[in-house]
Amino acid sequence: MNATPVRQHRPEAESETHSISLLLNGKQVQLTVEPWTTLLDLLREHLNLTGTKKGCDHGQCGACTVLVNGTRINACLSLAVMQDGAEITTIEGLANGDQLHPMQAAFVEQDAFQCGYCTPGQICSAIGMIKEGKAKTRDEIREQMSGNLCRCGAYTNILAAIEQAMPACQGESRE
Amino acid sequence: MNRFSYSKPQQVSEALQQLSDTGRFIAGGTNLLDLMKENVARPSQLVDINALPLNKIETTQAGGLRIGALVKNSTVAYHPDVERVYPLLAHAILAGASAQLRNMASTGGNLLQRTRCYYFYDVGTPCNKREPGSGCGALEGQNRIHAILGHSEQCIAVHPSDMCVALAALEATVHVSGPSGNRSIPFADFHRLPGDTPHLDTNLAPDEIITAVELPPRGFAENFAYLKLRDRASYAFALVSVAAGLELNGTSIGAARIALGGVAHKPWRCPEVEAALIGKPATEESYRMAADALLQGAVGFEHNRFKIELARRAIVRALSEAAAGVNAQ
Ligand SMILES: Cc1cc2nc3c(=O)[nH]c(=O)nc-3n(C[C@H](O)[C@H](O)[C@H](O)COP(=O)(O)OP(=O)(O)OC[C@H]3O[C@@H](n4cnc5c(N)ncnc54)[C@H](O)[C@@H]3O)c2cc1C
Ligand code: FES
Ligand code: FES
Repeated sequence: MNATPVRQHRPEAESETHSISLLLNGKQVQLTVEPWTTLLDLLREHLNLTGTKKGCDHGQCGACTVLVNGTRINACLSLAVMQDGAEITTIEGLANGDQLHPMQAAFVEQDAFQCGYCTPGQICSAIGMIKEGKAKTRDEIREQMSGNLCRCGAYTNILAAIEQAMPACQGESRE
Repeated sequence: MNRFSYSKPQQVSEALQQLSDTGRFIAGGTNLLDLMKENVARPSQLVDINALPLNKIETTQAGGLRIGALVKNSTVAYHPDVERVYPLLAHAILAGASAQLRNMASTGGNLLQRTRCYYFYDVGTPCNKREPGSGCGALEGQNRIHAILGHSEQCIAVHPSDMCVALAALEATVHVSGPSGNRSIPFADFHRLPGDTPHLDTNLAPDEIITAVELPPRGFAENFAYLKLRDRASYAFALVSVAAGLELNGTSIGAARIALGGVAHKPWRCPEVEAALIGKPATEESYRMAADALLQGAVGFEHNRFKIELARRAIVRALSEAAAGVNAQ
């Protein structure tokens, strides 16, 4: 809009890459990323961690929920380069060897999915929610989990699974 | 998404210096990246401001609260001082978006989020906000979510924020820094009406950065309500929202604040209507009078006329809830 631009961006931007380090599912990794790569695309397309799903790519569904420094966020609306130095946990990083995370086990026991597409996001979101410590009643859990849509409508069993896993997860986040 | 360069400065002065004419700051990224994916925003450069020291909530000398521009929406909503003194702000924030988004969204970014008008988002349609002079797709199109107050022939979009509705009612101040120094903007003057410049949402200059939002001491913690009406019970933008704060002298009104969301290009307030409530009995009749006055001159379009009556009833209900103190701890 300004007819006489004062400061121009550097034209070499087109080929610019950045080196970042992440603590990803417990492992330290060094990566080179282009600035326009989202955290979600980094995980799925570059690192082959396809457990985290892309539903809408616009923050509207929660399928891409991961934990960054223990906090749940939508990986589709963050750039990988912005996460330099962060600790990132995806669905692949929850189990301890063959032993499922209590939230994963509860989802299996309560049959909390049909197609399973929303499930990794639901599980990461539920773990993040419990750590936040703001949801105690069933209505509060429903409200705090509203950022995770389930097209199959498995909400009843998702709620049951979260309630079941809550005591075990609370013990864990106190450690 | 278009190609762009990226930098992460450590100081405000550095950030201001690095920003080029076609560059943008990025905070949480939840609005800017969404718009970049839709090709609505095409910055040549992103200056990541997350390393700047704007991440604190502090008590001010005046007895208010200063919230750094980078403080996350969830951190504000659950901050003990906000919960205690400004529960209206906490309720408004928690009525918006989802827990994940609130964990990402920053205070500054929330103020600068852009409209959710379908035509603004769809680069295949005309939109004076996105492309000045191209026309308004909403005027004769799908306009259910659009404005009933303060709109112009050029633009009938609404500002989508919940947090800003509470900040308007609380008479916050926005602190900004620019190449020529610092200044403070009263919240009522921060966002603009569309007029014939709908491409400008706010009075922040393109080369300025928001550093903090300051709340004055008065929080209306005893008698407040944030009422949000929408198409589903959670994780949806407001069709109409009302932030209400009252101070009561026995059964009469000592002070009143009313701000509306989802109805205009900025949070909608009428200080004259609030002043007229002073000394009136805290009754439904007074609230109805205020609602009628606030909505005087409201004009709807083909799909959103329902918002006028909806807003009227929402104002009465929010003021009744505020007076009854049902939300106070
Ligand atoms: C699916 C979805 C649902 C949502 N629902 C709601 C809702 O119900 N209610 C609601 O209120 N909001 C809602 N939001 C919007 C959300 O609140 C905003 O996207 C968020 O507040 C923006 O903050 P951010 O830090 O992510 O901004 P960014 O995306 O980082 O930035 C937004 C703009 O602000 C500029 N900017 C950021 N910080 C500064 C600064 N300090 N100084 C100068 N410029 C700056 C950027 O350059 C950019 O132009 C929703 C969003 C999504 C995706
Ligand atoms: S893919 Fe991120 S919220 Fe839908
Ligand atoms: S199980 Fe299919 S979307 Fe949730």
